[in-house]
Amino acid sequence: MTFLTTPNPRTHSPLSERPEHSAEAPLSVHAMTVAYHRKPVLWDVDLDLPPQSLVAIVGPNGAGKSTLIKACLNLIPIAAGRVEFWGDTFEHNRSRVGYVPQRESVDWDFPVSALDVVAMGRYRRIGWFKPVTRKHKHAALRCLEEVGMGEYANRQISQLSGGQQQRVFLARALAQEAELYFMDEPFAGVDAATERAIVAILRRMREQGRTVVCVHHDIQTVPEYFDHAVLLNMRVVAAGPVAEVFNRENLQRTYGGRLTLLTEATEAVARAERGST
Amino acid sequence: MILAQLSTSPDPSFWREALETLTLRAGYNTTVVVLGTTLLGVAAGLVGSFLLLRKRSLVADALSHATLPGVALAYLIADALNLGGAGAKSLPVLLIGAAITGVLAVLTVQLIVRHTRLREDAAIGLTLSVYFGVGVVLLRAAPDYASTPASGLHHFIYGQTAGLLITDVYLMGAIATIAILAAALLFKELALTCFNDDFARATGWPVSILDIALMALVVLVVVAGLQAVGLILVVALLIIPPAAARFWTERLARMVLASALIGGVSGYAGSTLSSLLPRQPTGAIIVLVAGALFIISMLAAPSRGVIPTLIRRARLRARFATDHLVEFLFDTASPASLSEVARDRAWSSLQSRIIATGARTAGLVTGPPSALTLTDAGRARGHRVARNHALWSQYLVTYADLAPSHVDFSVDQVEHILSEDLIAELEQALARRGIKSTSAQSSSGGDA
Repeated sequence: MTFLTTPNPRTHSPLSERPEHSAEAPLSVHAMTVAYHRKPVLWDVDLDLPPQSLVAIVGPNGAGKSTLIKACLNLIPIAAGRVEFWGDTFEHNRSRVGYVPQRESVDWDFPVSALDVVAMGRYRRIGWFKPVTRKHKHAALRCLEEVGMGEYANRQISQLSGGQQQRVFLARALAQEAELYFMDEPFAGVDAATERAIVAILRRMREQGRTVVCVHHDIQTVPEYFDHAVLLNMRVVAAGPVAEVFNRENLQRTYGGRLTLLTEATEAVARAERGST
Repeated sequence: MILAQLSTSPDPSFWREALETLTLRAGYNTTVVVLGTTLLGVAAGLVGSFLLLRKRSLVADALSHATLPGVALAYLIADALNLGGAGAKSLPVLLIGAAITGVLAVLTVQLIVRHTRLREDAAIGLTLSVYFGVGVVLLRAAPDYASTPASGLHHFIYGQTAGLLITDVYLMGAIATIAILAAALLFKELALTCFNDDFARATGWPVSILDIALMALVVLVVVAGLQAVGLILVVALLIIPPAAARFWTERLARMVLASALIGGVSGYAGSTLSSLLPRQPTGAIIVLVAGALFIISMLAAPSRGVIPTLIRRARLRARFATDHLVEFLFDTASPASLSEVARDRAWSSLQSRIIATGARTAGLVTGPPSALTLTDAGRARGHRVARNHALWSQYLVTYADLAPSHVDFSVDQVEHILSEDLIAELEQALARRGIKSTSAQSSSGGDA
């Protein structure tokens, strides 16, 4: 597994080293550029993700973190470059890729129960025109139980707390039975108990051999929760195992000289270093 | 006006006729019209549910208004091509014209939103009025250019079932049936698109095609409803039934069914009434029936209606107020004056008198307002409330990270939510902090 180790002569930026793309990587991004109108949001991104890992995408606001995963999922058009899943196109691997959008992206007053939402993760499997059968409802219920929400199956989703809503989204992702997951800020606005529950779920997913990519805002918890980090600010500043890339220098390059962040980062880095020795 | 007409019809045959129409015994033609409009209402209720949840209801308004130039143009073109005397006013031709300009209007809205800085509401208002204006001009001009008389075209504006041909009603019923079947078939797909289109897209559903399908269903409903309901009000059939249905339920399938039912009843009762009031436009009467059903739903629906919600809120407030009164008396452990309690809780004197009366009726307190005393039942309740509150606040201190989502002051006893072990632990913590042990008084409260 060559994960961001081999420097490439084509490298034109001292900050990002072009990796050699590997066919076993669940996700390879090749020279991807994304632009809204004429303004680039992501610029020449190269990325390989190893299988069976928890990956954090961190970076300041407007760095293009959500854009990166949306572009990978073909939700927004790519201006240049390409994305490969296990060395093949997204279209050929759609069923192996799961998605947890931002919690705020939906109307939680929608007239559905928690179980109904989770069942949506199985719609593709169910196929066109067919109703949701008992078999699929059972599968959805098992996923809800897995995130500790079994007793809320019949609750209307607006009656759930923010953390519970996030767990419902996670259960829906589990119901997709994918191998690679993109999660847009799964820890945003959840209580501490839910945060611990989500971490436990992510670790279980990794044990089952899956890869989870999270847009993450809290750089303090990166060393504790994740194996790999992608430091992003329009371009990839650094990407690789947390122990290798999550250091003060790279964080400073990603976030600039923002003092408060840097203090937090210093603490986080110190913890990471303690953890790796 | 309708009321005036109703009240000034002393003729007893009016009511017999009404009953006959409602029970579909008023002759073949009337029966077909009533059934056709009912079918239209059901279709509009179904399709409108998804439109409402997709937050696109107003696009349908632009679409329906924009059918007018289509009707007029189709008439002029058919006349110019000399499709024969009756051919120029043949319904399928006019409806196809209506559908074409309707769809053009939706595309216009999308183009404006995509390529300018105008927001969708402005784009809709603009498109709707310009297309409608063109339609009005064309309608006025039509008689001057056409060889066949254009009378009857204006019925498309307000809707009129009185002069309908039976074949026209069959056409309306057929279109409505197609819309009903398609909406039922696409239930799951449309639900997903409405709830979370990004997720639908990421999991491989062709969201733009589903959106087009939904718009096509809207076109079918609008076109089917043009003659009976009229283009100005047909959008009401797409919006009012689902909006009313939403008050009754928190489940999509039930909401869609309720919406179809409300739409169907509106069509049924509206067209019946209209056959009895031939001078009133049918569309308006159907919409008035739907509006009445909406008002009932909004006020009285148990799950989300305004009145039940207010009652629930008032009950909860009364419950908390009583708890506070009883807890205060329990804590002071002696008779207290009502004004004392009112000062402590910042109640107005009226408020405190209402609360005290409530507590007295419930048998929790006795004595004059100057010296309120707890009854045995009141002491038991006071003990429970004080203990609950003390335990909850200790819980919040001990488990600050996880507690907020679990605390619920409205439950009668903490035991319903927290485990026995946890309660024992919290009670110990309370004792350590030297907070008055409420369990010591439990014997006097008579509450084991």
